[in-house]
Amino acid sequence: MYARWVLTVLLAWPLIAGLVVLLLPARLAKYAALGASLIEFALSVPLWWQFVPATGMQFIVDRAWIQAWGIHYTVGLDGISLFLVLLTTFLMPLSILGSWSYVTKHESAFYALLLVLTTGMIGVFVALDLFLFYVMWEVMLIPMYFIIGVWGGENRLYAAIKFFIYTFFGSLLMLVAIIVLYLHAGRVTGIYSFGYVHILSQVKLLGPSAWWLFAAFFLAFAIKVPLFPLHTWLPDAHVEAPTAGSVILAGILLKMGTYGFLRFALPFFPEVALHQNVQLLIVALALIGIIYGGLVAMVQPDFKKLIAYSSVAHLGFVMLGIWALTLQSVQGALLVMINHGISTGALFFLAGMIYERRHSRLIAAYGGIARVVPLFAAILTIVSLSSIALPGTNGFVGEFLVLVGSFRTYPIATALATTGVIVAAAYLLTALQRVIFNPLTSPENETLTDLTPRELAVLVPLLVCILWVGVYPKPFLHRMEPAARQLIEQIRPGSTAAQPLSGGQP
Amino acid sequence: MTLDPSVYQDLLLSLLPELVLTGWAMALLLFVAWRHQTVRDLRIAGWLTLAGLVATSVAIWWLWWNHAGVAGLAGMIAVDDFRWVADWVFLGAAALTVLISFAYLEREQLLAPEYYVLLVFGTLGMMVMAAGADLMVIFLGLELMSVAVYVLAGFDRRRARSAEAALKYFLLGAFASGFLLYGIALVYGATGTTNIGLIGAQASFMAQPSLMLLAGLALLIVGFGFKIAAVPFHMWAPDVYDGAPTPVTAFMATGVKAAAFAALFRVMIQGFANIPAWHDILWWLAVVTMIGGNLFALGQRSLKRMLAYSSVAHAGYLLVAVAAGTAAGTSAFLVYVVAYTLMSVGAFAVLSAKGRAGESDVAIDDLAGLAGRRPWLAFALAICMLSLLGFPGTAGFIGKWYILIAATSTGQNALAAILVLTSVVSAGYYLPVIMAMYMKPEPIEAAHVDVVLDRWGRTAVAAAVAGLLIFGVWPNRLFDLAKSAGDSVQPAATTTAFPP
Repeated sequence: MYARWVLTVLLAWPLIAGLVVLLLPARLAKYAALGASLIEFALSVPLWWQFVPATGMQFIVDRAWIQAWGIHYTVGLDGISLFLVLLTTFLMPLSILGSWSYVTKHESAFYALLLVLTTGMIGVFVALDLFLFYVMWEVMLIPMYFIIGVWGGENRLYAAIKFFIYTFFGSLLMLVAIIVLYLHAGRVTGIYSFGYVHILSQVKLLGPSAWWLFAAFFLAFAIKVPLFPLHTWLPDAHVEAPTAGSVILAGILLKMGTYGFLRFALPFFPEVALHQNVQLLIVALALIGIIYGGLVAMVQPDFKKLIAYSSVAHLGFVMLGIWALTLQSVQGALLVMINHGISTGALFFLAGMIYERRHSRLIAAYGGIARVVPLFAAILTIVSLSSIALPGTNGFVGEFLVLVGSFRTYPIATALATTGVIVAAAYLLTALQRVIFNPLTSPENETLTDLTPRELAVLVPLLVCILWVGVYPKPFLHRMEPAARQLIEQIRPGSTAAQPLSGGQP
Repeated sequence: MTLDPSVYQDLLLSLLPELVLTGWAMALLLFVAWRHQTVRDLRIAGWLTLAGLVATSVAIWWLWWNHAGVAGLAGMIAVDDFRWVADWVFLGAAALTVLISFAYLEREQLLAPEYYVLLVFGTLGMMVMAAGADLMVIFLGLELMSVAVYVLAGFDRRRARSAEAALKYFLLGAFASGFLLYGIALVYGATGTTNIGLIGAQASFMAQPSLMLLAGLALLIVGFGFKIAAVPFHMWAPDVYDGAPTPVTAFMATGVKAAAFAALFRVMIQGFANIPAWHDILWWLAVVTMIGGNLFALGQRSLKRMLAYSSVAHAGYLLVAVAAGTAAGTSAFLVYVVAYTLMSVGAFAVLSAKGRAGESDVAIDDLAGLAGRRPWLAFALAICMLSLLGFPGTAGFIGKWYILIAATSTGQNALAAILVLTSVVSAGYYLPVIMAMYMKPEPIEAAHVDVVLDRWGRTAVAAAVAGLLIFGVWPNRLFDLAKSAGDSVQPAATTTAFPP
């Protein structure tokens, strides 16, 4: 039974709850929103056990929606989307709880938008109908646009419209590509349907038009990831967004791009994606992202901007892992996606918490606060170490798998990417030192208060995940392996046979 | 129910909606000649107009329900689903206009109930245009509509802007009518008929279309291009839309444009299906209109002028549906025009609430902080803007998607790509409206205290927004209607050809 309704309820519940929260008075809204998101999380937790790794797509629901075009409401889950859905439902209550003191105006609207956003994000990850996918992909833009634009920092209007237009630009070309694919599959089979499986079965005969279609999908997803020259919306959006907005942007929205590559761009157009020049281009862009992102992060005076550029670098690893297409590298990429959501989310939370106390994001404004706020300093240290992939934390497992897996396919690129890890250590450890160690120079910092129980409640679940994935990643790898294997088999037939990694640890 | 136009009763039946509305317009004219002094008279005239519009749509519904159609050769009047659906759009646009006019006319002291009579005659002209299976009938309808709308544009006769709008519209409209008429004359010279079906049959016998026919076709397109405000024939549109009273602008942007497009569809698809030349012309016209309309709109500060240019841009999107030249394109047009009517009327209604003494002065930034003061109005305008932008969840998206499918299914991928790219540009002027309302503070305390819509204006806006959201999520019924309507306009070559 659970399998029949769970995804639909996960989609509908936040939407309904959001509308209710919108009508509640501000002082109740935050409790109601937290309750709603906790219920959402509780509903999603059984997915972890109910999910059968070997079965492929499951929890499928399929209903006719707009018959005239063969549009269905089709949702389902596999080993790739499972973790992204769980990450979403996991981060939402934390984001809501983390905003309680940060958001002080129009609170009902803020929490309502966060809940509506949840529907959009889960929708993107579970949609198995291209129309539904596109609708969800766009729908989540509006809440985020408002979250940045209404509750953001000083430069919020610019950041909001830049975020919107970049994403909109990419996705509209994807829209045309989706329609072309739909008509192609319809002409070949006589059945006009936007169903994912239907279209996937008919993409072999696209011929040269596959290049243009791939380019359209590539643009939409690459902007979202973001790949190197298309990343300029990201620092603005991340910095200006309120804490919860930054956490969700980094934690979940960016994963939509990489998810799109895994789910659509690669399986639909394997010949184009694996063409030598395309490989070269994407691996080069990923590498530039890793190293350039790290180098730019190193010189940021603003802590949030530093985290934003570190995201560019992390997502570079994900892209490298995806394109390397070995079992380890794809699993590693999936794991980096999750880890980045946890670690960067935690970093943004911490940046927001210190900002609320001191109203400055500048690294130079701090220094020596470890003595004043020991708890904050300890957690920031752990999270930073996980972000630079110290062994024993989640970051290490993911990046190590990506590097080991990619080395077989792209030895030189992987060697260069490894330097990215060093760069990461350079910028994060320097920043860490300047914020919490060094002499305590500014008198304003002497009166900072340490983390409150509410803030600890936000951070402790993230810390638990950091250590859990870092020490015992097998449950994760075990669940994603069949899906990753199937994906690789689909794109590059016959290449996974020689790579046994059955739920193994690095 | 099969009607034979050569039989007197059947001819009357096939003209039933027009006859109902004509009779009603006459009665209304008598009524306003008798009572035209007070605000109350104005209200009564408005309600009578609404009743007439409802009666007409019931007549249309009756014909549609009974599957009315013509037997044998095409007459002067088309009796098909396309006509009914188009008529419903015009009637709906007129009804929404009436609803937002009540308070507006009283506020601006335009106490002349003839306003509603003109509105009814304008609507009648549109219905005749959509019904015309003969170029002469279309021309008749066009003139009836245009003359009424010329007067409506200058209805606020105390304001120079309004008078300027009327004069400009009249001069350029007359000019356009001249083009159209000359085009009809040339087509008649080339084919010996003004009946659209027979023109199509004649054209299919020609190995090579004669120069005269091509020239006539070109002039027809120019004439229609003026009416739909396609670039480069759009020069009048911003000034006229800007100067006219806001409810009239809403009526012009929706009804008048829809009527001109409806006639264009019938002429192109039934009459000139065998002459591929027009595909190229309309292809370029669509591209130039989409690019021009969107770029010009981007530079506007005034909300009303921005909406005027955006209506040019939307004419470009609709031209894409024409350029597709298939039944799917016709259906796409109908779906899109329903969405466009709802979102435009909604936007203009909110604008008319904000404006005082001429809305042309309302800059986009003047909406700053509206969401705090008038949350529902701001919400309505935001939905209208998102729908104009073509955002999923709204009817505007469904319409755009349909047009994209129609275009790509005929291999016009480039046109589809240009459509979506220009839509991205349009985000640059629709979003600032939302941004001003929600993300900027009120410039002074109580800047929006006097922004109110009366009960009927609110009804119109609520109906428009509800329609946008419902069709945006559940467009099945609308699709069924549009599909049967689109299929009913078929090239003449597939019907029985008629030797000269």
